[in-house]
Amino acid sequence: MVRWLLPVTLVLLVLGACWGLLVAPPDFRQGNSYRIIYIHVPAAVVALAGYYVMAIAGAISLIWRIKMADVAMRAAAPVGAVLTGVALVTGAIWGKPTWGAWWVWDARITSMLILFFLYLGVVALFEAYENKAAAAKACAVLTLVGTVNIPIIYKSVDWWYSLHQPASLKFTGESAIDASMLYPLLVMIAAFYLLFAVSMLLNMRAELLWHHRNANWLRQRLDVS
Amino acid sequence: MYFESLAAAWHMDGHGGYVWLAYALTAMALVLMVWLPLARFRRHLRWVIADQRRQIDDNRL
Repeated sequence: MVRWLLPVTLVLLVLGACWGLLVAPPDFRQGNSYRIIYIHVPAAVVALAGYYVMAIAGAISLIWRIKMADVAMRAAAPVGAVLTGVALVTGAIWGKPTWGAWWVWDARITSMLILFFLYLGVVALFEAYENKAAAAKACAVLTLVGTVNIPIIYKSVDWWYSLHQPASLKFTGESAIDASMLYPLLVMIAAFYLLFAVSMLLNMRAELLWHHRNANWLRQRLDVS
Repeated sequence: MYFESLAAAWHMDGHGGYVWLAYALTAMALVLMVWLPLARFRRHLRWVIADQRRQIDDNRL
């Protein structure tokens, strides 16, 4: 599946980036610096969506003890960490010309930082255990407890009136963004979703290969003699 | 294209440095997102193949 998913993702990424960087008009208040939105918002949106994936996989692994759910949970964690990191770093770079500061302890930014540590925490926790079954359980519990942070991130811009602007995109009702800026943004969000899927599937593949490293069917298929 | 020239797109009225830096860092992160799991897969595959060869050699002895 990755074989065709990856080219589609790349095409969308290049298309969206060129559209957002070169074709879309500048923002009337922020000028050209707003163009960072085309990577900042998709990274943040997918970082949050990725947490749902990880949390649902964690719940399945905890309740039904399905091995594949545990593999999926751990495959999502590093991908989510990178995307959250991208959202934080691009946000900082955007913040400098717009707010005059690289970093502020704004509610949205702080809750995103917590998300970053949650993702890293899952990766680190699994590595810390010698007993991998116990490690998977601990990771699933951490993931589920961390879910508390998700509505906080969503609502942070409404609950605390802070520097970070409220959402411009809405599922219901009109978006507060013009079509000429909206379409490249949607292309980029789709591209980031696909990239998340590609990266997570590749992680799962690598993990499953290691899990089955001594399996007979694998040895027969490789057949080095 | 919104910009009149490539130089204008590079400069972006003074914001070019921020915008291009953000895009460059993101591009690197996205490449790593695909490259690292691929490298891990290949490393595991090499291990399995080497292990299989080792077992064949052991059986010959």
